[in-house]
Amino acid sequence: MIIKQLTVFLQNKSGRLEDLTDILAKNNINIAALSIAETEEYGIMRMIVSDHEKALQALKAAEFTVKTTDVVSIECPDIPGALHETLKTLTNNGIDVSYMYGYSNSGTARLIMKINNPEKAMEIIENNL
Amino acid sequence: MIWNEPKECMSRDERKVDQSKKLKEVVNKVYFNVPFYRKKMQETGLEPGDVKSIDDIDKLPFTTKNDLRENYPFGLFAVPKSEIVRVHASSGTTGKSIVVGYSRKDIDIFSEVVARAYCCAGVTKDDIVQIAYGYGLFTGGLGMHYGAEKLGAAVVPVSGGNTSKQLALMQDFGSTVLACTPSYAAFLSEAIEEANIDKKDLKLRVGIFGAEPWSNEMRSKIEAGLNITAFDIYGLSEIIGPGVSCSCEIQDGLHIAEDHFYPEILNTETLKGEKPGTVGELVFTTITKEAMPLLRYRTRDLASLNYDACKCGRTNVRMSKIQGRSDDMLIIRGVNVFPSQVESALLEIEEAKPHYMLIVDRVGTMDTLEIQVEIDDRYFSDEMVELNKVRQKIKHKVESILGVSVIINLVEHKTIARSEGKAQRVIDKRKI
Repeated sequence: MIIKQLTVFLQNKSGRLEDLTDILAKNNINIAALSIAETEEYGIMRMIVSDHEKALQALKAAEFTVKTTDVVSIECPDIPGALHETLKTLTNNGIDVSYMYGYSNSGTARLIMKINNPEKAMEIIENNL
Repeated sequence: MIWNEPKECMSRDERKVDQSKKLKEVVNKVYFNVPFYRKKMQETGLEPGDVKSIDDIDKLPFTTKNDLRENYPFGLFAVPKSEIVRVHASSGTTGKSIVVGYSRKDIDIFSEVVARAYCCAGVTKDDIVQIAYGYGLFTGGLGMHYGAEKLGAAVVPVSGGNTSKQLALMQDFGSTVLACTPSYAAFLSEAIEEANIDKKDLKLRVGIFGAEPWSNEMRSKIEAGLNITAFDIYGLSEIIGPGVSCSCEIQDGLHIAEDHFYPEILNTETLKGEKPGTVGELVFTTITKEAMPLLRYRTRDLASLNYDACKCGRTNVRMSKIQGRSDDMLIIRGVNVFPSQVESALLEIEEAKPHYMLIVDRVGTMDTLEIQVEIDDRYFSDEMVELNKVRQKIKHKVESILGVSVIINLVEHKTIARSEGKAQRVIDKRKI
């Protein structure tokens, strides 16, 4: 399915990540998945949260540079080769992944993928997997 | 040795007569040939005949960098274009440079004053002068080149950069004199160290460094590193280029070629003349130049003047090392940079907000300029590739305007302090 990801620009300085988790905690927002891409000076934090709209408003109010992005979330079996099958299907159908992250939990794995054309990706996944 | 003893060693009385005569000539010249100056003089009801001696100089209007910009490119020329034999230019805001023109006589003056500077530094026709200033629109390379030729020294016109070649030529040709910016001299000295070149194999003995401010501590460091005696040369393209003044073996101030460039030191608040020894803004009137004479050009450099005769025998007035600036101009690796240039570059890029901070530092011996720019919410991307594109775009735009390489760092919204008054835009961490 297509879900909303929260993306936050974070300067690479001590305590900045904690500022962010503090706001999420105070607003009773749970994080389901996250990844951080970092450079020497700044990072981009990407998260799937329990209430993205509320999180967006809370972070904006605290002057964070933040936005929501559509990403594709796919469930696949938590077994060797499952991710490979999924990616092979996407590649064969001309779909490129900009970035991805995932987590597994009691037998199933969930992938979060940034894809330029998420609707088309979902269609391919539904028809092939 | 003194290159031109009659001109460099005349008495203060003779000096005044000489300068008064030349000032009257230049005022006449600009009044009748440069509409900009005629208009300025007419506005205050000043006629050329009102200027009777050098003491009347304070009646004359000032000229600023902005006047040069507004008259871009040739608006302040006092001779027909056919008389121009060369133009130089310095970088300016949004591509609008400051242009200066030279007649054949002006090039002779330029060569003359640079030859004097070499002599001040003890350079003779037997020397081999390696010129590692940039050649081109910048006055450094060609100015030092013509002066060395006038002196009769052998010139190695290697221009700036290409450090390995600089070192190879230094060894192969046995260069005895190095002319470049002090920061490049310090860089070369480190490169010599790293390349394990035995300083005894080098014949370098004199360095003539300028185009950026440097301290006595840095001089000692360069002298030890290159095993040379280092001299200071000052100049600016608006006045002529390097050679406006230079230090001698006494190392107590820089001798101004005041038979060509008349200096004043003005209080930065009142713009009235300061007593000798007091620091103020250095202002020059070019009293002999043909193509583009300037009246009371405000350099924005802060210095003081000393009219006492020097132990070296020269009697011309000496200026102190530059003590700072009366505006916010920075000199980065010899290039003049104004924070306002960065601002106008950012305003042309929709992805950037005009909130920025310049952080100048010296890493090793090279100046670095980091520009922190706040990321605009609208252009914030979840993809690192896209953010890097924004960064590259800002970098290219800023570099094309400043003419010096920069490091762009994106920072969070509202992290750069907003100020109600004059915003703090620059942090200069260099110890010079």
